[in-house]
Amino acid sequence: MSLYYVQKLIYTLNRDPNVVAQFQTDMDGVLKEYTLTDEEKHAIRKPDIGLLYVMGVNGQLLMHYAALMDYEWDEYIQAMKNGLEEHGQVRAGLYLRTGGGAV
Amino acid sequence: MSLVFAGVCSHAPGITGRADRAEPDLKDGLYASFDRMRDAIKEAGAETLVVVAAEHFANFFMDNMPAYCIGMADDYQGPIEDEEWLGIKRRTIPGNPDLSHRLIKDIMQDVDVSYAQEWKFDHGIMVPLHFLTPDNDMDIIPVNINCQGPPLTPLHRTWAFGKALRRAIDAAPEKIALVGTGGVSHWPATPDSGKINEPWDQSFLEKWAANDKDAMLAYTDEECYAEGGQGAFEIRTFIAIAAACEGNPGDVWFYAPIPIYAVGCTVGAMAGS
Ligand SMILES: [Fe+2]
Repeated sequence: MSLYYVQKLIYTLNRDPNVVAQFQTDMDGVLKEYTLTDEEKHAIRKPDIGLLYVMGVNGQLLMHYAALMDYEWDEYIQAMKNGLEEHGQVRAGLYLRTGGGAV
Repeated sequence: MSLVFAGVCSHAPGITGRADRAEPDLKDGLYASFDRMRDAIKEAGAETLVVVAAEHFANFFMDNMPAYCIGMADDYQGPIEDEEWLGIKRRTIPGNPDLSHRLIKDIMQDVDVSYAQEWKFDHGIMVPLHFLTPDNDMDIIPVNINCQGPPLTPLHRTWAFGKALRRAIDAAPEKIALVGTGGVSHWPATPDSGKINEPWDQSFLEKWAANDKDAMLAYTDEECYAEGGQGAFEIRTFIAIAAACEGNPGDVWFYAPIPIYAVGCTVGAMAGS
């Protein structure tokens, strides 16, 4: 599990338009710069926003990756819900569905 | 005394990015309160606005995460987010490196604050600036408190930071406005986005408005996370403002849960300037 590097990649994409440009034409070239598992690479490539969410990618990063991959806001929220159904509870980090609080 | 205004506000990206999906009355009330804050800052004669924010991995990451950081650049860029997604056009925001330098040096007497000569503002600063300096005509000094990547700074250190910031501001001849920006309860960027714990928010805001230091510092991260969600760690920004205005009451001008904005939207001011 190299969640740190999945998040580092998204952080870098948020900051650097040049990396975005390379990512769009040569995704594998960008991915090989990061220590990632096959599952992580798959989730980034597809993109499987729900799986990235379940892996534990911080929501403050993931929402921008979803936007970069052309997810509308409601689609992005739905993708996380689908991810939970398909892959189970969030595995790491703070952005799990906690319950608690009022609605 | 060179602090001329102190206040707090929300910064959720939905406030501008999903502006028209809220109930019109609520949106109008919130926007009017931001306008009121802009007018108050102007009437106070502020020359510089110090924004105490809680950014979201735009500049600071887990490779080198400062608990506290202050900008010291000639200018800043923002928003880092897609302009259309956030509903705010990209611009270059003027800084004041000389004043930054003096503030940082003074704060360092008490708190080991980091500094940055490069800083891309995310929604955490750009949403407030969208309302408070729409003409981009005021120097901005960004301050960040890490509220995202634990371990997070303890609340009593946030209090010490707020006090040190105030002392540094008072030592400067410039007229300075100070705005803290964060959420109260929210579960942003999760499947529960839109969930808001109104009673918990009201209880926190009462303590903030009373400037009840002991009650505010009694919160734990565990309680914030359980009752107020991932976004509640950002109460640090409100607490820093209370510390800067220690002993003085606050006034919550606006509070309303607005689910499509994904936060209990808050605008308030605090006496003591
Ligand atoms: Fe935030």
